[in-house]
This record gives sequence, C-alpha cells and structure tokens, in this order.
Amino acid sequence: MTIPTVTQSSSQTTRPRIPSRWERLRDSYLWYSFKRDHTAQLCLAIFIGLVIVAFASPLLAPTDPYDLRQIDIMASELPPFWIDGADERFILGTDAQGRDLLSIILYGTRVSLLIGFGAVILQALLGVTFGLMAGYLGGRVDALLMRLADIQLSFSTLMVAIVVGAVVKATMGGAFYSEYAVIMLILIIGLAEWPQYARTVRASVLAEKNKEYVDAARVMGLRSKRIMFRHVLPNTLSPIFVISTVQIANAIISEAALSFLGLGMPETHPSLGSLIKSGFDYIQSGSWWITLIPGAVLVILVLSINLLGDWLRDVMNPRLYKG
Amino acid sequence: MALLEVTNLDVRFGLRQGEVRALRDVSFTLERGERLGIVGESGAGKSVAAFSLLNLIGKPGFIAGGSITFDGLELNSMSERALRKVRGNRISMIFQDPMMTLNPVLSIGEQMVECLKAHRRISSKQARAIALDKLQQVQIPSPETRLDQYPHELSGGMRQRIIIAIALLLDPDIIIADEPTTALDVTIQAEIMALLLELCEQHNVGLILITHDLGVVSQVTQRMLVMYAGRVIEQGPTREIINDPQHPYTQGLINALPQMATPGERLNQIRGSMPSLSNLPDGCAFHPRCDFINKANGEPRPACVQKVPEFVDSGNCRVACHMVAEMQEDRRLKLEEIS
Repeated sequence: MTIPTVTQSSSQTTRPRIPSRWERLRDSYLWYSFKRDHTAQLCLAIFIGLVIVAFASPLLAPTDPYDLRQIDIMASELPPFWIDGADERFILGTDAQGRDLLSIILYGTRVSLLIGFGAVILQALLGVTFGLMAGYLGGRVDALLMRLADIQLSFSTLMVAIVVGAVVKATMGGAFYSEYAVIMLILIIGLAEWPQYARTVRASVLAEKNKEYVDAARVMGLRSKRIMFRHVLPNTLSPIFVISTVQIANAIISEAALSFLGLGMPETHPSLGSLIKSGFDYIQSGSWWITLIPGAVLVILVLSINLLGDWLRDVMNPRLYKG
Repeated sequence: MALLEVTNLDVRFGLRQGEVRALRDVSFTLERGERLGIVGESGAGKSVAAFSLLNLIGKPGFIAGGSITFDGLELNSMSERALRKVRGNRISMIFQDPMMTLNPVLSIGEQMVECLKAHRRISSKQARAIALDKLQQVQIPSPETRLDQYPHELSGGMRQRIIIAIALLLDPDIIIADEPTTALDVTIQAEIMALLLELCEQHNVGLILITHDLGVVSQVTQRMLVMYAGRVIEQGPTREIINDPQHPYTQGLINALPQMATPGERLNQIRGSMPSLSNLPDGCAFHPRCDFINKANGEPRPACVQKVPEFVDSGNCRVACHMVAEMQEDRRLKLEEIS
C-alpha cells in the first residue's frame, strides 16, 4: 500500500498565471467540440475558403468580368473544360455574353456574401436594439415594438423588395437603382428580417431580466442603457450567434431569389442569384453550366453555413447535449 | 436627525385581483454607523422594505405613501437621475445568493471598475487600484488574480466576499444586506458575518441586516424590527427584544429557536402560517395564530379581532399589541405565585 505523499505546493505563493484569450479558447468546450466534429471542420474550411476566394476575386480571377473590353461575344456559351469544344482560356466555360464563368462566379460570390453579411449586420443592429428595449423596458415599449415586428413579418421580403424597388426606380431612375443595388438589397433584406432577431433577443432578455445580477446592477446605480447593453446583452449572445448563421444563409438565399426574379443585382454586376437567372434562359439550348455551376456554388455556400449553424446551436445549447 | 428616517412607508402592488399592500405604516430610523436588524417570516415584507429604500421596487409595485429621508434627501420623490447617485454610491446592497448576484460574463475586475466609474470620474487604472484595495480589505487570497477571474471560477464564500467588496467600493453610508449568508454553509456564514461586522465598524457604515436568523441578529445588530404581514410589530434594542420579547409573535419566534433540547422533545412552533397579504384577517393580523386568547372559551380577544393595534411603549421597545399590559400583569401574577 502506498501512502500518498504530501506535496508542499500550497506553501508556494506564486500567483496563478492568467490565461490569455487564445488559451481560454483552446481550453473551451467550443474548441473541444470543434476538434471532434468533422462536419463542422469541413464546413468552416469550405466557408472560409469561399470567403477568401470571393473577396480576393480581383486578384484571383483570370479576367475582370466588369471590364467590357475583355469580353468577346464570339466566345459566348463555351462549355467547361471537361466537355468537347471547350476553350482552355475559360476553365468553367463562358456565359451568354462571353464572360468567363469562373471569374464571374468569384465576383458574384463576393456580391452575394457582401449582401448576406451586410443585411445580417443591419438586421442584428435593429433586431438586437429593439429586442433589448422591448424585453428590458417592457410595458408599452414592448407592446409597440413587438406589434411593429408582427406587422413587418406580415410583409414578405419579396413584397418589401418590390415596393422599395418600384419606388426607388420611379423616383430616382433605373440607373440609380442599378448603381446602388448592393446597398438597396442590404436595406431591403435587413429591414424585412429584423423581427427574427428582435423576438429571439426579447425572449432571452425576459429570462435574464429577473436574475439577481440585474437587480444588483440597478442597485449599483447604473443606467438602464448600460445595464441593457453591458450586462444583459452579453448573456444573450449565444442565441444571437446561432440565429446569425441561419440568417446569413437566409439573406444569401433571399438575395438570390430576388435577383432571380429580376429585383436584385443587375446583369452587369451579377450576384450568384442573377447568374442563375441569366443562365436559365439558355438551359433549353444546352448551355446548362451557366445556371448549374453558380447554383452549385450557392448550394455549397448555404449548406456549409447552415451546418455550421447547426453545430453552433448544439454547442451553445447545453440542453441539446448529445453525449 | 437620524441618517435614515422612514416614516409611514406604504408599498402596494397593483395586481389584477386588486391592490395588495405589501408594507403598511413602516417607520424606523437608522443613525450613522448603527446596525439595524429586520426579521420576520418569508413574505413579511423584509425584502420589499429593502428595495423600497432605494426606490427600486419592480412593477407592479409602487410606493403609495410615506417618506424616506436619507441625509436630508427625500428619496421617495427624487428624480431617477438623482436616485442613481445615491444607489451604490451612498446606499449599497448585498443580496442573498452570491451565485446569482455577479454577472456571469464579466470578470470581477470589470464589474468593480464599472461600478466605480458609474459614480466617479476616474481612470480605469485608478478604479482598478481601488478595487484591489477593497478586495484586500475583504481578505481574499491573491486579490490581483481575482480581478481577472470570472464568477464561475470562485467559490460561494469567495463570491460573497467580492460582493461585500463591491458594496464597500464607494464608501457608502449604509449597506443593506438582504439575507447575506442564507445561501452559504454554516462555517462560511460565521466568517462572512464577522467580516461584514468588522468592516462596518471600521468604516462607520450603517448596516440594515435583513434575515430570519435571530442568532445572527442578536450578535450583529444594536436595534431590531420584527415584521409580520407587512407591518412592524415590535421594535427596539436587540438585546431587550431577544431577552424579553413583548409581542406574542416575537415570543413565538424566539421559542421556536432550537434549544439544547433533550432527544425526542419537539421543537416549539407558531401554529398556522402567515396569512396571504391580499386576504389579511381583520384587526391584528396575527390574532388567528396568537396564543394569547380567552382561556374561558378559546376565542381571540374582541379587541384583537376588531382593531389594528397601535404601538405601545414598553420600556425601550415599541410593541403593536393590544394585550401588552395584560400580558405583563399576567406575568407579574405568575411570578408572585411562584414566590
């Protein structure tokens, strides 16, 4: 039998080192779970890869699809490299205007991601602020904001887009709309979807508001605004993260849908959605790649974001813990 | 003039079933550096009294009447902005559950610095130095490390020390401690109480200690209030009330303390339970549970049923009971019989 030896470590008065942020992340459950989830790793890799490639498109793309001088209409509707009749200059073929499909997909992914992120940031700003106010202040503010949210949700994104698009085009002219289409789409999708955030945040705030640390903060004499944003908001972050991933995917899809219907990005600055649309007219004539390749990119992008969101939800909601 | 003067405080909760009066005619004073205990059963209105002192009763509660004068300021009618300057700064509060009182996502240092910066124009560095000093005062081991730790990394006793440090952060005049040791185990309770007492004496801070632990009250406080169903029923110097309680309810509470009883002996208790505040009995709210009844027919005394008792002076204490004189007479007769 061994007798445990008493170590003298307690007599040392060296104070424990404070772990850095990186060390905290490395020791966290988030990282632990990530290391074991191959789907999440793959999705994050694809997502980051697409983001990098998309935002580096001016450097990576073989041609500049926005530059009309580089476009040769004679080279239109060339197939991708694995099909007979392909031109080696255009790996993924060309579209109906003779633009290199690879370049235009890279540029289009950038536009789609830009709109997706921009719209989600706008949604989050509006939704989180309104949700916090509704949940924390309660009473009339709550009733007013939540009815506003209900009204907003009763319009579909499409309807908002059609109305805004029509009004802007009528007042400012089509050229103006085309020029600021990215901003327009961010505004439209952002405004149409903020209630998702507001509702989620409000629900979490209602749960957090009754905890004693909020009382303690009020007893300290802090302002409501400060309590809301500095004390309550950080405690509601995990549902916000989870909903953000879903919302980015949704925003990209909404943008694609709007562009497909001709309400979104113009042909000259296409997003993935408008590429799919522009190719759709040629599907019958055999040029399927103009639609299908951007479509596949869109599916992969949205799928990887959604799977990442699923993983994040599992990690951040301990009640869904699956051994 | 006393530092804190509460007169005829009346707090109500507007509920759908009608108004519930959570506090009625609560009056007391607190001198600078004095320690006052408020005891009573759960639901007697102790915590509501504490929150109303800071004018922080949540909806649907509101202060319906009375006044709270603190150092010449009328807290009851002050603007929210002016009240914020009192809260945390001149009157601070310690809560029951140290697990819940600290914000889980902010480090200890951030929470302390934030509190300081809300009231004083100082740099983060200065604030951190003050925070460190206060942590040393509450005798926390390796205080510097604690500043960067999060609440979940600390034990319950340690968190309560930090909460005391936060309460002392701005050198307040009064600390309201709402059952500060209820959630801790017994050995830590004694340590925390001793620490709180020492710091209050050292800094000449007034303490309002809300608890249902008569033992703690008798050791820590100089004066005490006994509350029942939203009213103060007995107040006076702690020692006198503990040694010679006048109100039948206080007597019951003290009798209910576990004595060094012989095994198998039942502990005393007050029969029944506290009435709902929305449905108080007429007259003295305690009369259905009172042992001081007509011996002849077992009915309560008519006066107890009909009229809300006024305060009666009895020595240094004030008691709200119709029967004080009679009880004293009874006791005198009993003593005579024995002798």
